[in-house]
Amino acid sequence: MDAAWAALSLSLKVAGWATTINLILGVAVGYALARLRFPGRDLLDTLLTLPMVMPPTVLGYYLLVLMGRRSWIGAWLYDGFGINIIFTWQGAVIAASIVAFPLVFKPARAAFEAVDGQLEQAARVLGISELGIFFRVTLPLAWRGILAGVLLAFARALGEFGATLMVAGSIPGKTQTLSIAVYEAVQAGQDDVANTLVLITSAVCVVVLMAAGRLAPGRIANR
Amino acid sequence: MQSMVLKRLLTAVALVAATGLTFAGDLTVSAAASLTNAFKEIAQNYEAQYPGAKVALNFGASGALLQQMAKGAPVDVFASADQETMDLAEKQGLVAAGERRDFVRNSLVLIEPADSKPVITRLEDLGHPAIKRVAIGNPASVPVGRYTKHALEAAKLWSVVEAKAINTQNVRQSLDYVARGEVDAGFVYATDAALMKEKVRVALEVPLDIAISYPIATTAASSNGDEARRFVGFVLSPAGQSVLKKYGFRQP
Repeated sequence: MDAAWAALSLSLKVAGWATTINLILGVAVGYALARLRFPGRDLLDTLLTLPMVMPPTVLGYYLLVLMGRRSWIGAWLYDGFGINIIFTWQGAVIAASIVAFPLVFKPARAAFEAVDGQLEQAARVLGISELGIFFRVTLPLAWRGILAGVLLAFARALGEFGATLMVAGSIPGKTQTLSIAVYEAVQAGQDDVANTLVLITSAVCVVVLMAAGRLAPGRIANR
Repeated sequence: MQSMVLKRLLTAVALVAATGLTFAGDLTVSAAASLTNAFKEIAQNYEAQYPGAKVALNFGASGALLQQMAKGAPVDVFASADQETMDLAEKQGLVAAGERRDFVRNSLVLIEPADSKPVITRLEDLGHPAIKRVAIGNPASVPVGRYTKHALEAAKLWSVVEAKAINTQNVRQSLDYVARGEVDAGFVYATDAALMKEKVRVALEVPLDIAISYPIATTAASSNGDEARRFVGFVLSPAGQSVLKKYGFRQP
Protein backbone atom coordinates (compact mmCIF):
# COMPACT_ATOMS: atom_id res chain seq x y z
CA MET A 1 0.00 0.00 0.00
CA ASP A 2 2.85 2.38 0.83
CA ALA A 3 4.33 1.58 -2.55
CA ALA A 4 1.00 2.47 -4.18
CA TRP A 5 0.93 5.89 -2.48
CA ALA A 6 4.55 6.49 -3.41
CA ALA A 7 3.66 5.72 -7.03
CA LEU A 8 0.62 8.00 -6.87
CA SER A 9 2.48 10.96 -5.39
CA LEU A 10 5.27 10.51 -7.93
CA SER A 11 2.74 10.41 -10.78
CA LEU A 12 1.09 13.60 -9.49
CA LYS A 13 4.49 15.29 -9.12
CA VAL A 14 5.56 14.35 -12.65
CA ALA A 15 2.20 15.30 -14.19
CA GLY A 16 2.12 18.55 -12.20
CA TRP A 17 5.54 19.65 -13.43
CA ALA A 18 4.79 18.57 -16.99
CA THR A 19 1.55 20.56 -16.93
CA THR A 20 3.23 23.66 -15.53
CA ILE A 21 5.93 23.52 -18.19
CA ASN A 22 3.34 22.97 -20.90
CA LEU A 23 1.16 25.79 -19.63
CA ILE A 24 3.99 28.29 -20.08
CA LEU A 25 5.54 26.88 -23.26
CA GLY A 26 2.23 25.83 -24.84
CA VAL A 27 0.64 29.26 -24.39
CA ALA A 28 3.77 31.04 -25.66
CA VAL A 29 4.13 28.81 -28.72
CA GLY A 30 0.38 28.81 -29.39
CA TYR A 31 0.35 32.61 -29.28
CA ALA A 32 3.42 32.89 -31.52
CA LEU A 33 1.96 30.53 -34.11
CA ALA A 34 -1.40 32.30 -34.06
CA ARG A 35 -0.01 35.81 -34.48
CA LEU A 36 3.34 35.66 -36.23
CA ARG A 37 3.82 35.04 -39.94
CA PHE A 38 7.10 33.43 -40.83
CA PRO A 39 8.36 30.90 -43.37
CA GLY A 40 8.15 27.31 -42.10
CA ARG A 41 5.27 28.07 -39.74
CA ASP A 42 3.21 25.12 -40.97
CA LEU A 43 6.22 22.83 -40.77
CA LEU A 44 6.89 23.93 -37.19
CA ASP A 45 3.25 23.32 -36.28
CA THR A 46 3.48 19.83 -37.77
CA LEU A 47 6.71 19.01 -35.92
CA LEU A 48 5.27 20.20 -32.60
CA THR A 49 2.13 18.11 -33.15
CA LEU A 50 4.14 14.96 -33.88
CA PRO A 51 4.24 13.71 -30.26
CA MET A 52 0.45 13.35 -30.40
CA VAL A 53 0.54 10.81 -33.22
CA MET A 54 3.96 9.17 -32.82
CA PRO A 55 4.24 6.00 -30.75
CA PRO A 56 5.59 6.82 -27.26
CA THR A 57 8.31 4.22 -27.80
CA VAL A 58 9.62 6.22 -30.75
CA LEU A 59 9.71 9.36 -28.58
CA GLY A 60 11.36 7.39 -25.80
CA TYR A 61 14.01 6.20 -28.19
CA TYR A 62 14.63 9.73 -29.49
CA LEU A 63 15.01 10.99 -25.93
CA LEU A 64 17.30 8.12 -24.95
CA VAL A 65 19.53 8.81 -27.94
CA LEU A 66 19.41 12.61 -27.46
CA MET A 67 19.91 12.78 -23.70
CA GLY A 68 21.81 9.58 -22.91
CA ARG A 69 25.33 9.73 -21.55
CA ARG A 70 26.81 9.04 -25.00
CA SER A 71 24.92 11.87 -26.70
CA TRP A 72 26.46 15.34 -26.85
CA ILE A 73 23.67 16.88 -24.78
CA GLY A 74 23.86 14.13 -22.18
CA ALA A 75 27.67 14.18 -22.08
CA TRP A 76 27.71 17.99 -21.79
CA LEU A 77 25.23 17.96 -18.91
CA TYR A 78 27.02 15.13 -17.14
CA ASP A 79 30.60 16.30 -17.58
CA GLY A 80 29.84 19.98 -17.04
CA PHE A 81 27.25 19.90 -14.30
CA GLY A 82 27.05 16.31 -13.10
CA ILE A 83 23.42 16.23 -14.26
CA ASN A 84 21.98 12.95 -15.37
CA ILE A 85 18.54 12.83 -16.96
CA ILE A 86 18.10 9.16 -17.78
CA PHE A 87 16.64 7.15 -14.86
CA THR A 88 15.54 10.24 -12.92
CA TRP A 89 12.09 11.67 -12.22
CA GLN A 90 13.16 14.78 -14.10
CA GLY A 91 13.59 12.51 -17.12
CA ALA A 92 10.01 11.35 -16.60
CA VAL A 93 8.89 15.01 -16.52
CA ILE A 94 10.61 15.68 -19.85
CA ALA A 95 8.99 12.61 -21.43
CA ALA A 96 5.54 13.49 -20.09
CA SER A 97 5.90 17.16 -21.12
CA ILE A 98 6.75 16.31 -24.71
CA VAL A 99 3.97 13.76 -25.03
CA ALA A 100 1.36 16.17 -23.65
CA PHE A 101 2.65 19.34 -25.34
CA PRO A 102 0.40 19.25 -28.47
CA LEU A 103 -2.67 18.99 -26.22
CA VAL A 104 -1.89 22.46 -24.86
CA PHE A 105 -0.45 24.39 -27.77
CA LYS A 106 -3.01 23.23 -30.36
CA PRO A 107 -6.09 24.48 -28.46
CA ALA A 108 -4.10 27.54 -27.33
CA ARG A 109 -3.35 28.46 -30.94
CA ALA A 110 -6.99 27.96 -31.92
CA ALA A 111 -8.18 30.02 -28.94
CA PHE A 112 -5.84 32.92 -29.75
CA GLU A 113 -6.91 32.85 -33.39
CA ALA A 114 -10.55 33.08 -32.32
CA VAL A 115 -9.98 36.25 -30.27
CA ASP A 116 -11.61 39.26 -31.93
CA GLY A 117 -8.81 41.57 -33.11
CA GLN A 118 -11.07 44.61 -32.76
CA LEU A 119 -11.08 44.26 -28.98
CA GLU A 120 -7.28 44.31 -28.92
CA GLN A 121 -7.35 47.27 -31.29
CA ALA A 122 -9.70 49.11 -28.96
CA ALA A 123 -7.34 48.49 -26.04
CA ARG A 124 -4.45 49.74 -28.12
CA VAL A 125 -6.37 52.94 -28.92
CA LEU A 126 -6.96 53.40 -25.19
CA GLY A 127 -3.20 53.39 -24.73
CA ILE A 128 -2.62 50.04 -23.03
CA SER A 129 0.83 48.53 -23.59
CA GLU A 130 1.23 45.39 -25.76
CA LEU A 131 2.04 43.31 -22.67
CA GLY A 132 -0.99 44.75 -20.92
CA ILE A 133 -3.18 43.88 -23.90
CA PHE A 134 -1.97 40.27 -23.81
CA PHE A 135 -2.65 39.77 -20.11
CA ARG A 136 -5.78 41.91 -19.78
CA VAL A 137 -7.56 41.31 -23.09
CA THR A 138 -6.20 38.46 -25.20
CA LEU A 139 -5.43 35.88 -22.51
CA PRO A 140 -8.74 36.30 -20.60
CA LEU A 141 -10.64 35.85 -23.88
CA ALA A 142 -8.65 32.76 -24.87
CA TRP A 143 -8.49 31.32 -21.37
CA ARG A 144 -11.26 28.75 -21.56
CA GLY A 145 -9.90 27.04 -24.64
CA ILE A 146 -6.44 26.94 -23.10
CA LEU A 147 -7.69 25.54 -19.79
CA ALA A 148 -9.47 22.67 -21.52
CA GLY A 149 -6.20 21.74 -23.20
CA VAL A 150 -4.22 22.06 -19.98
CA LEU A 151 -6.51 19.65 -18.14
CA LEU A 152 -6.29 17.12 -20.96
CA ALA A 153 -2.52 17.50 -20.88
CA PHE A 154 -2.48 16.80 -17.15
CA ALA A 155 -4.52 13.63 -17.66
CA ARG A 156 -2.29 12.54 -20.53
CA ALA A 157 0.89 13.20 -18.51
CA LEU A 158 -0.56 11.24 -15.60
CA GLY A 159 -1.09 8.21 -17.83
CA GLU A 160 2.23 8.41 -19.71
CA PHE A 161 3.85 5.00 -19.93
CA GLY A 162 5.95 4.08 -22.95
CA ALA A 163 8.37 6.99 -23.26
CA THR A 164 8.65 7.26 -19.47
CA LEU A 165 9.57 3.61 -19.05
CA MET A 166 12.31 3.94 -21.68
CA VAL A 167 13.78 7.19 -20.37
CA ALA A 168 13.23 7.00 -16.62
CA GLY A 169 13.15 3.25 -16.08
CA SER A 170 11.18 1.68 -13.27
CA ILE A 171 12.83 2.42 -9.93
CA PRO A 172 10.35 1.98 -7.06
CA GLY A 173 9.91 5.26 -5.15
CA LYS A 174 12.07 7.18 -7.63
CA THR A 175 10.75 6.77 -11.17
CA GLN A 176 8.07 4.10 -10.87
CA THR A 177 4.89 6.01 -11.68
CA LEU A 178 1.37 4.60 -11.27
CA SER A 179 1.07 3.32 -14.82
CA ILE A 180 4.50 1.64 -14.64
CA ALA A 181 3.73 0.14 -11.23
CA VAL A 182 0.56 -1.40 -12.71
CA TYR A 183 2.59 -2.92 -15.54
CA GLU A 184 5.21 -4.34 -13.14
CA ALA A 185 2.54 -5.82 -10.86
CA VAL A 186 0.78 -7.54 -13.77
CA GLN A 187 4.09 -8.87 -15.14
CA ALA A 188 4.88 -10.38 -11.76
CA GLY A 189 1.40 -11.83 -11.31
CA GLN A 190 0.66 -9.65 -8.25
CA ASP A 191 -3.01 -9.22 -9.08
CA ASP A 192 -3.93 -7.78 -5.66
CA VAL A 193 -1.34 -5.00 -6.02
CA ALA A 194 -2.50 -4.41 -9.60
CA ASN A 195 -6.13 -4.17 -8.44
CA THR A 196 -5.27 -1.54 -5.82
CA LEU A 197 -3.25 0.51 -8.28
CA VAL A 198 -5.89 0.30 -10.99
CA LEU A 199 -8.61 1.45 -8.59
CA ILE A 200 -6.48 4.38 -7.41
CA THR A 201 -5.71 5.37 -11.01
CA SER A 202 -9.37 5.20 -12.01
CA ALA A 203 -10.41 7.28 -9.01
CA VAL A 204 -7.78 9.94 -9.78
CA CYS A 205 -8.93 10.12 -13.40
CA VAL A 206 -12.55 10.58 -12.36
CA VAL A 207 -11.53 13.38 -9.99
CA VAL A 208 -9.50 15.09 -12.72
CA LEU A 209 -12.38 14.94 -15.20
CA MET A 210 -14.86 16.23 -12.63
CA ALA A 211 -12.50 19.07 -11.77
CA ALA A 212 -12.25 19.82 -15.48
CA GLY A 213 -16.03 20.07 -15.66
CA ARG A 214 -16.12 22.42 -12.67
CA LEU A 215 -13.26 24.65 -13.75
CA ALA A 216 -14.51 25.19 -17.25
CA PRO A 217 -18.30 25.18 -17.01
CA GLY A 218 -20.08 25.17 -20.34
CA ARG A 219 -16.87 24.39 -22.14
CA ILE A 220 -16.44 20.74 -21.21
CA ALA A 221 -19.45 19.79 -19.10
CA ASN A 222 -22.05 20.68 -21.71
CA ARG A 223 -20.28 19.18 -24.64
CA MET B 1 -24.80 -6.69 -60.75
CA GLN B 2 -24.47 -4.76 -57.55
CA SER B 3 -24.84 -7.86 -55.40
CA MET B 4 -22.04 -9.47 -57.46
CA VAL B 5 -19.71 -6.61 -56.57
CA LEU B 6 -20.79 -6.78 -52.96
CA LYS B 7 -20.17 -10.52 -52.80
CA ARG B 8 -16.70 -10.19 -54.25
CA LEU B 9 -15.94 -7.39 -51.84
CA LEU B 10 -17.08 -9.47 -48.89
CA THR B 11 -15.00 -12.43 -50.07
CA ALA B 12 -11.97 -10.21 -50.35
CA VAL B 13 -12.52 -8.81 -46.87
CA ALA B 14 -12.97 -12.29 -45.44
CA LEU B 15 -9.76 -13.48 -47.12
CA VAL B 16 -7.76 -10.57 -45.81
CA ALA B 17 -9.16 -11.10 -42.33
CA ALA B 18 -8.43 -14.82 -42.41
CA THR B 19 -4.76 -14.37 -43.32
CA GLY B 20 -4.33 -12.49 -40.08
CA LEU B 21 -5.51 -15.43 -38.01
CA THR B 22 -3.33 -18.33 -37.05
CA PHE B 23 -4.25 -21.60 -38.65
CA ALA B 24 -4.62 -24.87 -36.81
CA GLY B 25 -1.17 -25.97 -38.00
CA ASP B 26 0.54 -22.91 -36.56
CA LEU B 27 2.57 -23.20 -33.41
CA THR B 28 3.04 -20.43 -30.86
CA VAL B 29 6.22 -20.65 -28.81
CA SER B 30 6.75 -18.42 -25.77
CA ALA B 31 10.46 -18.30 -24.93
CA ALA B 32 12.71 -16.46 -22.47
CA ALA B 33 14.25 -13.25 -23.87
CA SER B 34 17.76 -14.71 -23.65
CA LEU B 35 16.72 -17.36 -26.22
CA THR B 36 15.72 -14.76 -28.85
CA ASN B 37 18.50 -15.25 -31.42
CA ALA B 38 18.88 -19.00 -30.98
CA PHE B 39 15.14 -19.73 -31.16
CA LYS B 40 14.67 -17.57 -34.25
CA GLU B 41 17.24 -19.73 -36.01
CA ILE B 42 15.80 -22.96 -34.64
CA ALA B 43 12.31 -22.00 -35.80
CA GLN B 44 13.67 -21.27 -39.28
CA ASN B 45 15.42 -24.63 -39.44
CA TYR B 46 12.29 -26.35 -38.13
CA GLU B 47 10.09 -24.77 -40.78
CA ALA B 48 12.63 -25.78 -43.42
CA GLN B 49 12.67 -29.37 -42.22
CA TYR B 50 8.88 -29.69 -41.93
CA PRO B 51 7.29 -27.92 -44.91
CA GLY B 52 3.94 -26.39 -44.02
CA ALA B 53 4.87 -25.88 -40.38
CA LYS B 54 4.65 -22.28 -39.14
CA VAL B 55 6.18 -21.17 -35.86
CA ALA B 56 5.18 -17.89 -34.20
CA LEU B 57 7.69 -16.78 -31.58
CA ASN B 58 6.86 -14.69 -28.52
CA PHE B 59 9.80 -13.47 -26.41
CA GLY B 60 9.86 -11.81 -22.99
CA ALA B 61 10.85 -12.23 -19.38
CA SER B 62 9.86 -15.74 -18.29
CA GLY B 63 7.67 -14.35 -15.51
CA ALA B 64 5.82 -12.10 -17.96
CA LEU B 65 5.30 -15.05 -20.34
CA LEU B 66 3.90 -17.08 -17.45
CA GLN B 67 1.38 -14.33 -16.65
CA GLN B 68 0.28 -14.20 -20.29
CA MET B 69 -0.43 -17.95 -20.22
CA ALA B 70 -2.14 -17.71 -16.82
CA LYS B 71 -4.50 -15.10 -18.34
CA GLY B 72 -5.29 -17.40 -21.25
CA ALA B 73 -2.81 -16.60 -24.03
CA PRO B 74 -2.93 -19.38 -26.69
CA VAL B 75 0.58 -20.77 -26.34
CA ASP B 76 1.73 -24.25 -27.42
CA VAL B 77 5.29 -24.42 -26.12
CA PHE B 78 6.85 -22.62 -23.15
CA ALA B 79 10.62 -22.29 -22.61
CA SER B 80 11.66 -20.62 -19.36
CA ALA B 81 15.07 -19.36 -18.23
CA ASP B 82 14.64 -20.82 -14.75
CA GLN B 83 13.10 -23.75 -12.94
CA GLU B 84 11.10 -21.55 -10.56
CA THR B 85 8.89 -20.08 -13.29
CA MET B 86 8.29 -23.52 -14.79
CA ASP B 87 7.46 -24.85 -11.30
CA LEU B 88 4.80 -22.16 -11.02
CA ALA B 89 3.45 -23.01 -14.48
CA GLU B 90 3.26 -26.68 -13.48
CA LYS B 91 1.57 -25.86 -10.18
CA GLN B 92 -1.06 -23.77 -11.98
CA GLY B 93 -1.67 -26.60 -14.44
CA LEU B 94 -0.50 -24.51 -17.40
CA VAL B 95 2.01 -27.00 -18.83
CA ALA B 96 1.34 -30.62 -19.68
CA ALA B 97 2.36 -32.80 -16.73
CA GLY B 98 5.46 -34.96 -17.17
CA GLU B 99 6.54 -33.31 -20.43
CA ARG B 100 9.05 -30.90 -18.99
CA ARG B 101 12.67 -31.29 -20.14
CA ASP B 102 15.81 -29.29 -19.34
CA PHE B 103 17.41 -28.36 -22.65
CA VAL B 104 20.31 -25.94 -22.02
CA ARG B 105 22.44 -24.36 -19.33
CA ASN B 106 23.81 -20.86 -19.08
CA SER B 107 25.98 -18.81 -16.75
CA LEU B 108 25.57 -15.41 -15.11
CA VAL B 109 28.12 -12.69 -15.85
CA LEU B 110 28.73 -9.14 -14.69
CA ILE B 111 29.41 -6.76 -17.58
CA GLU B 112 30.67 -3.20 -18.00
CA PRO B 113 30.50 -0.89 -21.06
CA ALA B 114 33.45 -1.78 -23.33
CA ASP B 115 34.72 1.81 -23.50
CA SER B 116 34.63 2.41 -19.74
CA LYS B 117 37.61 2.24 -17.39
CA PRO B 118 37.65 -1.28 -15.87
CA VAL B 119 36.58 -1.01 -12.24
CA ILE B 120 35.24 -4.43 -11.36
CA THR B 121 37.48 -7.40 -10.78
CA ARG B 122 35.59 -8.90 -7.83
CA LEU B 123 31.88 -8.86 -6.95
CA GLU B 124 32.70 -6.60 -3.94
CA ASP B 125 33.80 -3.86 -6.36
CA LEU B 126 30.12 -3.14 -7.02
CA GLY B 127 30.36 -1.05 -3.83
CA HIS B 128 32.97 1.20 -5.49
CA PRO B 129 31.79 4.83 -5.76
CA ALA B 130 32.49 4.85 -9.52
CA ILE B 131 29.73 2.27 -9.92
CA LYS B 132 26.60 4.37 -9.60
CA ARG B 133 24.03 2.33 -11.49
CA VAL B 134 23.68 -1.37 -12.00
CA ALA B 135 21.14 -2.91 -14.39
CA ILE B 136 19.35 -5.87 -12.84
CA GLY B 137 16.33 -7.71 -14.18
CA ASN B 138 13.35 -7.14 -11.88
CA PRO B 139 13.57 -10.13 -9.50
CA ALA B 140 9.76 -10.30 -9.31
CA SER B 141 9.36 -11.41 -12.91
CA VAL B 142 12.78 -11.75 -14.59
CA PRO B 143 14.83 -14.91 -13.92
CA VAL B 144 18.21 -13.24 -14.48
CA GLY B 145 17.26 -10.81 -11.71
CA ARG B 146 16.37 -13.69 -9.43
CA TYR B 147 19.72 -15.38 -10.05
CA THR B 148 21.46 -12.05 -9.48
CA LYS B 149 19.65 -11.42 -6.21
CA HIS B 150 20.45 -14.94 -5.07
CA ALA B 151 24.17 -14.53 -5.82
CA LEU B 152 24.39 -11.09 -4.21
CA GLU B 153 22.55 -12.22 -1.10
CA ALA B 154 24.95 -15.13 -0.75
CA ALA B 155 27.84 -12.65 -1.04
CA LYS B 156 26.12 -10.30 1.47
CA LEU B 157 26.10 -7.52 -1.14
CA TRP B 158 22.40 -7.26 -2.01
CA SER B 159 21.67 -4.21 0.17
CA VAL B 160 24.68 -2.37 -1.33
CA VAL B 161 23.68 -3.12 -4.91
CA GLU B 162 19.92 -2.72 -4.44
CA ALA B 163 20.44 1.00 -3.80
CA LYS B 164 22.15 1.29 -7.20
CA ALA B 165 19.80 -1.03 -9.07
CA ILE B 166 18.01 -0.04 -12.26
CA ASN B 167 15.25 -2.62 -12.63
CA THR B 168 14.79 -3.90 -16.16
CA GLN B 169 11.96 -5.75 -17.88
CA ASN B 170 14.13 -8.52 -19.30
CA VAL B 171 17.76 -9.49 -19.70
CA ARG B 172 18.10 -7.85 -23.13
CA GLN B 173 17.13 -4.47 -21.67
CA SER B 174 19.96 -4.82 -19.12
CA LEU B 175 22.32 -5.65 -21.98
CA ASP B 176 21.13 -2.62 -23.96
CA TYR B 177 21.57 -0.20 -21.04
CA VAL B 178 25.16 -1.38 -20.48
CA ALA B 179 25.95 -1.25 -24.21
CA ARG B 180 24.67 2.36 -24.36
CA GLY B 181 26.70 3.30 -21.28
CA GLU B 182 23.59 4.41 -19.37
CA VAL B 183 24.56 2.16 -16.46
CA ASP B 184 28.02 1.35 -15.12
CA ALA B 185 27.48 -2.38 -14.87
CA GLY B 186 24.82 -5.02 -15.41
CA PHE B 187 24.02 -8.66 -14.82
CA VAL B 188 23.26 -10.73 -17.93
CA TYR B 189 23.78 -14.27 -19.17
CA ALA B 190 27.07 -15.21 -20.79
CA THR B 191 25.17 -15.85 -24.04
CA ASP B 192 23.80 -12.29 -24.06
CA ALA B 193 27.20 -10.70 -23.43
CA ALA B 194 28.61 -12.74 -26.34
CA LEU B 195 26.14 -11.04 -28.73
CA MET B 196 27.60 -7.58 -28.07
CA LYS B 197 31.30 -8.28 -27.68
CA GLU B 198 32.33 -4.94 -29.17
CA LYS B 199 30.13 -2.94 -26.79
CA VAL B 200 30.29 -4.76 -23.45
CA ARG B 201 33.13 -6.31 -21.49
CA VAL B 202 32.68 -9.30 -19.21
CA ALA B 203 34.20 -8.32 -15.84
CA LEU B 204 33.62 -11.67 -14.18
CA GLU B 205 31.52 -14.78 -14.13
CA VAL B 206 29.24 -14.63 -11.10
CA PRO B 207 29.59 -17.62 -8.76
CA LEU B 208 26.26 -19.36 -8.16
CA ASP B 209 25.41 -22.35 -5.99
CA ILE B 210 22.47 -23.22 -8.23
CA ALA B 211 22.60 -24.21 -11.89
CA ILE B 212 21.03 -21.92 -14.49
CA SER B 213 19.15 -24.51 -16.48
CA TYR B 214 16.32 -23.84 -18.93
CA PRO B 215 13.25 -26.10 -18.99
CA ILE B 216 10.91 -26.46 -21.98
CA ALA B 217 7.41 -27.98 -22.01
CA THR B 218 4.28 -28.24 -24.10
CA THR B 219 1.32 -26.41 -22.61
CA ALA B 220 -1.85 -27.99 -21.25
CA ALA B 221 -4.00 -25.62 -23.31
CA SER B 222 -2.29 -26.43 -26.62
CA SER B 223 -4.79 -27.33 -29.32
CA ASN B 224 -1.95 -28.84 -31.27
CA GLY B 225 -0.18 -31.24 -28.91
CA ASP B 226 1.50 -33.44 -31.53
CA GLU B 227 3.02 -30.51 -33.36
CA ALA B 228 4.09 -28.94 -30.04
CA ARG B 229 5.84 -32.16 -28.99
CA ARG B 230 7.54 -32.36 -32.40
CA PHE B 231 8.93 -28.84 -31.88
CA VAL B 232 10.19 -29.67 -28.37
CA GLY B 233 11.78 -32.82 -29.83
CA PHE B 234 13.48 -30.69 -32.47
CA VAL B 235 14.94 -28.34 -29.82
CA LEU B 236 16.31 -31.36 -27.93
CA SER B 237 17.64 -33.05 -31.10
CA PRO B 238 21.24 -32.61 -32.32
CA ALA B 239 19.93 -30.14 -34.95
CA GLY B 240 18.44 -27.90 -32.27
CA GLN B 241 21.28 -28.32 -29.81
CA SER B 242 23.92 -27.38 -32.38
CA VAL B 243 22.20 -24.02 -32.92
CA LEU B 244 22.03 -23.41 -29.17
CA LYS B 245 25.68 -24.37 -28.82
CA LYS B 246 26.61 -21.90 -31.55
CA TYR B 247 25.10 -19.11 -29.41
CA GLY B 248 27.08 -20.24 -26.37
CA PHE B 249 24.48 -22.29 -24.50
CA ARG B 250 25.82 -25.41 -22.78
CA GLN B 251 24.37 -28.91 -22.78
CA PRO B 252 21.91 -29.58 -19.94
